[in-house]
Amino acid sequence: MNKWFGPGLTENDVTPEEVFLNRRTFMRAAGAAVALPALAGCDVGGGETKTVAGENALKPTPLEDIASYNNFYEFGPSKSDPARYAHRLTTKPWHVTIDGLVDKPGVYPLENILRGMEIEERIYRFRCVEAWSMVIPWNGFMLRDLLKRVGVKREAKYVAFETLHRPEEMPGQKVPLLKWPYREGLRLDEAMHPLTLLATGLYGKPMPKQNGAPLRLVVPWKYGFKSIKSVVRISLVAERPPTTWNLLQPDEYGFYANVNPKVSHPRWSQATERRLGEGLIGKRVPTLMFNGYEKEVAHLYKGMDLRKYY
Amino acid sequence: MVSGAIRQMIKAINQFTRRMPTWPIYFVVLAVIGWHFFMALTGAYRPDPVRMLELEYGLLALQLLIASLAITPLKRFAGLNFVKFRRALGLSAFLFALAHLGVWVALDMQFLFDQMLSDILKRPYITFGMAAFALMLPLAITSNDRLLRRLGGARWRRLHRLAYPLTLLAALHFVWVRKGVQIEPLVYLGLITLLLALRLPLSRRRVAQRAL
Repeated sequence: MNKWFGPGLTENDVTPEEVFLNRRTFMRAAGAAVALPALAGCDVGGGETKTVAGENALKPTPLEDIASYNNFYEFGPSKSDPARYAHRLTTKPWHVTIDGLVDKPGVYPLENILRGMEIEERIYRFRCVEAWSMVIPWNGFMLRDLLKRVGVKREAKYVAFETLHRPEEMPGQKVPLLKWPYREGLRLDEAMHPLTLLATGLYGKPMPKQNGAPLRLVVPWKYGFKSIKSVVRISLVAERPPTTWNLLQPDEYGFYANVNPKVSHPRWSQATERRLGEGLIGKRVPTLMFNGYEKEVAHLYKGMDLRKYY
Repeated sequence: MVSGAIRQMIKAINQFTRRMPTWPIYFVVLAVIGWHFFMALTGAYRPDPVRMLELEYGLLALQLLIASLAITPLKRFAGLNFVKFRRALGLSAFLFALAHLGVWVALDMQFLFDQMLSDILKRPYITFGMAAFALMLPLAITSNDRLLRRLGGARWRRLHRLAYPLTLLAALHFVWVRKGVQIEPLVYLGLITLLLALRLPLSRRRVAQRAL
């Protein structure tokens, strides 16, 4: 069943996890527009920081900010709860069930999934539906590489994701604030988009537990709640899957949840955002269409009324 | 015997509070506002010091509103007399609300007036918060002896009944700002509902009957 992970390899051939997760590679052609700011941010050649297309190079938010301010209701509703309680989470061993309309369904150990995957660094904007944002240097691989490996059947139209449900380690799940387990979903073409990442770390380090270790989705042109954390199930399905926030408040949280400054959330105008990590007087900046990835993803939604499909 | 001891204690507390001045409350309020601002400025509230400031000031405003609503029931049902502190508590709540609003306008929205206006009109939680603040204004302005005398006791008291709806609005503002239905703001809402219910003629009559 797992033969596509490469024949004839033993445990000894596995790259030590630390080394593996720490590899910093730059992304390939598909995301050139994203890679440039990454290079600029790394100050290659000691030169001055370049601006790309008139926009300031993306300066990553400090790691301690990224790892201390999380919406991960499995550990509690306060943004400081995940950093406080996520250490309880056991992430080894970790299995991901891949099922539904796939050629090779199964319960895959995480090591098998990671074997042979190219871990890249991608510096993405991260825009929360609450109108704040960060810039996060993720490490991960393209979801489409995994989907190609397991073989997507022709009838599959959507991908559904589930977070771990383990109330004894995730105290927030003892309270029915959300309908557990947390669920998210993407249209297949969104899932196959080269920007869509399954992240295993950030800042070249293994993923902090409060950020969704050991494996989480990152869809940079959508509001943060779409980027489901601590994934244990990936199902290929024919119908649009139910998603957690959409089930709770459908008028506030759409299935698509594309970042769109022109479509307001009932609680927050989405026209502008505050970039965190810049202190008390950090500037409010205009929110970009598709969070700045319009060139890469706008074609996915051609002809759709984005006001209706928010 | 036990109730006698409690009565003694209540009497002692009342005697003590009678001697206490109210002006230090304002100093404490200003110090707390300054302290949180200092913490936010120096990085203790990272990564989102703006939201943290809004939250701290807003929560303190709500807590002080609740405290000021508790004065009457405490006196009526427990015999504890904190009435002399009510004005200071109400004005303190107003000062925190003012700081809360100031942070929103200057640091959060950064004077984007168009966006603020549409937020006030379109977003229920901001509408509620602004309405609560607007209702606080006449109460804060008339919270001094001169205007109390000019208005006359009856009219002044009628005006200050605005404290009831505005505290409810402030609590709803808190409930609504949270995503989903969360416990903490509902506890506040429940407490306020209880404090208001204690003022209903029905519960008053019942207590009066029990006293007979």
